[in-house]
Amino acid sequence: MSRHYCITEEPISIEKTVSLVTRPEAGAVNTFIGTVREITQGKRTLYLEYQAYKSMAEKKLMEIGEEISEKWPEAETAIIHRTGRLEIEDIAVVIAVSTPHRADSYEASRYAIERIKEIVPIWKKEHWEDGEEWIGNQKETKAYAAGKPEEEDIS
Amino acid sequence: MNKILFFAELQENVGKESIEIEAAGQSIKQLKEYIEQEYNLSKVHQSMTAINEEFAPNDETIKEHDTIAFIPPVSGG
Repeated sequence: MSRHYCITEEPISIEKTVSLVTRPEAGAVNTFIGTVREITQGKRTLYLEYQAYKSMAEKKLMEIGEEISEKWPEAETAIIHRTGRLEIEDIAVVIAVSTPHRADSYEASRYAIERIKEIVPIWKKEHWEDGEEWIGNQKETKAYAAGKPEEEDIS
Repeated sequence: MNKILFFAELQENVGKESIEIEAAGQSIKQLKEYIEQEYNLSKVHQSMTAINEEFAPNDETIKEHDTIAFIPPVSGG
């Protein structure tokens, strides 16, 4: 699988991720760094655990990169997502997008993180002092394979 | 035979990462109904499904050697 779209158990290097997309044609590199938040809706998280369906997740990250290339043809994208146990402030995901001009890099970067939350098979489990839970459906939407809910999904 | 993969909450509920069963000829919907009964796992119906690492609708028919994964609502990022 391409170095540009990876699921890894190792800490993510921001600098290495950025260096995957820097090139002479680019005048802008936008990075999005997703980190582990301590307080969510008033509740204190001790640590997170991320699990992925690695082979499919890497394919879907690459697919997001291809979608970005269709929308912003001059963009180059790298997305690295970490799995395993992560502590507060640890980096869970780094997205780097380079484009000739800055506006596109902001938009493409935002697009990438929103799509990750829709189509990439990665799950996080929040561990609290008094319990734990797998978190799902953060966008309050589901990503439907057919692009819309099937009858079975609604019932 | 078909390999069936479970992730996140489904994996904990089933107690296994995967099982192997003969599911060829069934639809995804039928397989979900079987899994629901066998493992008392109604949440399988809230999951998306992937066949060979690609999302597939409930009416898709499973073929010999297909790998099926149930994908609960994702929470990456």
